[in-house]
Amino acid sequence: MSTVTNDIHHDEHHDHHDHKPSGIKRWLYTTNHKDIGTLYLWFAFIMFLIGGAMAMVIRAELFQPGLQIVDPNFFNQMTTVHGLIMVFGAVMPAFTGLANWMVPLMIGAPDMALPRMNNWSFWILPFAFLILLMSLFMEGGGPAFGWTFYAPLSTTYSNDTTALFVFSVHIMGASSIMGAINVIVTILNMRAPGMTFMKMPLFVWTWLITAFLLIAVMPVLAGAVTMVLTDKFFGTSFFDAAGGGDPVMFQHIFWFFGHPEVYIMILPAFGIVSQIVPTFSRKKLFGYSSMVYATASIALLSFIVWAHHMFTTGMPVGAELFFMFATMLISVPTGVKVFNWVATMWRGAISFEIPMMFSLAFIVLFTIGGLSGLMLAITPVDFQYHDTYFVVAHFHYVLVTGAVFSIMAATYYWLPKWTGKMFDITLAKWHFWCSLISVNLLFFPMHFVGLAGMPRRIPDYALQFADFNKWISLGGFAFGLSQLIFLALLIKACRKKGEPVSAQVWDGAEGLEWEVPSPAPYHTFETPPVVK
Amino acid sequence: MSEQQYEKYYVPDQSPWPFVGAVALFLMALGAGNFVIEMKKGTDGNGALMLLAGFVVLLVMLVGWFKNQIDESMSGMHSAQLGRSYRQGMSWFIFSEVMFFFAFFGALFYARVIAVPWLGGASNNAMTNEVLWPTFEAIWPLVETPGGTTTEAMPWTGLPLYNTIILLVSSVTAHIAHVALEKGERGKLKLFLGITILLGCTFLYLQVVEYIHAYQDMGLKLDSGIYGNTFFMLTGFHGLHVTLGTLMLIIMFGRVLKGHFSPDNQFAFQATSWYWHFVDVVWVCLFVFVYIL
Ligand code: HEM
Ligand SMILES: [Cu+2]
Repeated sequence: MSTVTNDIHHDEHHDHHDHKPSGIKRWLYTTNHKDIGTLYLWFAFIMFLIGGAMAMVIRAELFQPGLQIVDPNFFNQMTTVHGLIMVFGAVMPAFTGLANWMVPLMIGAPDMALPRMNNWSFWILPFAFLILLMSLFMEGGGPAFGWTFYAPLSTTYSNDTTALFVFSVHIMGASSIMGAINVIVTILNMRAPGMTFMKMPLFVWTWLITAFLLIAVMPVLAGAVTMVLTDKFFGTSFFDAAGGGDPVMFQHIFWFFGHPEVYIMILPAFGIVSQIVPTFSRKKLFGYSSMVYATASIALLSFIVWAHHMFTTGMPVGAELFFMFATMLISVPTGVKVFNWVATMWRGAISFEIPMMFSLAFIVLFTIGGLSGLMLAITPVDFQYHDTYFVVAHFHYVLVTGAVFSIMAATYYWLPKWTGKMFDITLAKWHFWCSLISVNLLFFPMHFVGLAGMPRRIPDYALQFADFNKWISLGGFAFGLSQLIFLALLIKACRKKGEPVSAQVWDGAEGLEWEVPSPAPYHTFETPPVVK
Repeated sequence: MSEQQYEKYYVPDQSPWPFVGAVALFLMALGAGNFVIEMKKGTDGNGALMLLAGFVVLLVMLVGWFKNQIDESMSGMHSAQLGRSYRQGMSWFIFSEVMFFFAFFGALFYARVIAVPWLGGASNNAMTNEVLWPTFEAIWPLVETPGGTTTEAMPWTGLPLYNTIILLVSSVTAHIAHVALEKGERGKLKLFLGITILLGCTFLYLQVVEYIHAYQDMGLKLDSGIYGNTFFMLTGFHGLHVTLGTLMLIIMFGRVLKGHFSPDNQFAFQATSWYWHFVDVVWVCLFVFVYIL
């Protein structure tokens, strides 16, 4: 996509530039985008394991019908905190970490635009989750109202630690907003000479648009939790009809944030796949500009579809229809993307390295999630599917085999650039195949039990669902264990084991990030490259 | 590259302040959470103390961070490109603030246009009204809630009108001060910046008077139903922003007295002035939608 005229050898000559500060202070006080990217990624992975452990509790309880292991209130806390951690603690920080590492390298910038704020936006995150996790051990337990914290569950019927939930969400929001401001300003202001908008790699494009979505909707989430706080503790009645408010209003405000939020978690994934597929197909991306326009239209449409989460809540028929058609419209640009990825591979010289395997799995499995989304978008049938395991299947296909698989693909793709060494390919293959098989065993049968009427967020179920649930739980445990392979691989990679790699790493790879040596020096592009 | 001149982008060294700031937010959030819980239960605890400690640490952090920042700026380490980063960053921050207010305006519009009329039986909700609160009448301002809480509506004349005029004038004086800075007229700059600060303080003072009047004489409170909720949340968050803006203006005044800022090194001043204009625009929306309509 772009070539570099002046070389980057500059960096290698100045050894003092590459001097890294050492000790714990390096990480606490750092202003370096690569350090901060690493912090974000490790944080996200640890949260992924913690949230995963909670999922294991959920699946253990659902292994058999009846109440066996945990009490229902604790079960509710597990589903709630699992969701919150995966969304705000795992997927979003992982993408921010990737943006930190890669955006400056891809656009030829010396660092992120606002390096100190970058540090701040990272370090407030662990504290936010510390508060959330602490609430689990306090009197009454943690939040138990679902990650969507619908009123009145989160107001009238919640326990007092809701206050801690509210403030920790405030901090998460502040972190996301600052992270997004940094990304957007970096992209708008720090591109190397010649890096015009339509030359930007798609990962950069998708993140630019994601950052805009984040800045637009995270404050709305902050508003929603604030209203929950005042309703619960200060006598307001935003969500209480007796005072002239409306619990349905909560859902409107929440999903006005919530639907763009799901695109926040998938647009960077689209960007990643759009980087990886061309590399291993040894072809240029098919339809670059249509990819850009598709991303932008998905983002804009995402502001006018929120109420497809509320078809059964109660709305005028006209509104139900509007939100149904608007939602279906989104599948057009999404379809454009899938088409372009397939067309990129068409007649390419494809090789099946690990990042490509994850990307291929992404394309197929994400599409399954998109198709079940289309089914859910049909108002009359959503009356049947809503709040069943079918919805759980839908969003896990788009989020686990979608967002999470793309993060894994990205990690494998760029890991050699970060460490300078090839990762352990045998372990990676084990990780891929174990994850792929178990994830489908885990989530595919959920479609069936959902269609048959098994409700979500309930610790018990009718006997007829027992067989499927047994397999689902086994798939869940297997998927959980498979991630330990990934952990082993990452630890090995961080200890710099493995074969050294070249600057280009993958032989079809193009772009500025592959022009700097592997491992990428501590400071890169202090002199901007010129992009032709 | 050769013919193209560029200034090196300043990437700061390690800094302890962001981490200190993270600790501050941690203490504040944990403290505020515990404080609220203790308040509801009526028990004693150290929530308030923790919140206070968080504020102190935050203050230390702000002083340290900004001092650092100002020193760098004064010693000319900031390139034009860095200046653009700051300006763009500030603009996006203000956009995020706009969206925060949007959530509360959204709640106001939803309540007025949908929730309250439906409770009164509008659209196809006759039975809602009949079954739940048959005597409830949907009017705005909602001086009697379905549950029976009564209150009084705040008129737009009097204090709110004065406050609108005050803020609008202060936007003009802030602008004049900014123009004076760009022209290097330091005397005029000090005068009009000073006037802006005074106007901001007057606004805040009148707002407090209005709140006291509402609570003591009108029975209009935060918990008097959706009218009081939206009234106090919107004006309250706006008041907090005016307070912050006034503090920023005061700091700018101090820096102007020390001789800081020049036509091409004035990011902090510009950011403050943008913030001030933003706060004014929010007020105008408030005045129209909360008070008049
Ligand atoms: C073709 C695109 C998509 C369509 C048409 C679609 C449609 C829907 C609909 C109608 C629902 C509500 C179902 C119900 O509660 O009854 C839903 C739920 C959900 N979707 Fe999608 N979706 C799409 C893509 C995505 C993507 C890309 C993501 C995230 C990466 C996502 C994440 C979710 C989540 C998390 C929920 C459940 C929220 C909850 O109730 O907790 N969806 N989707
Ligand atoms: Cu949605």
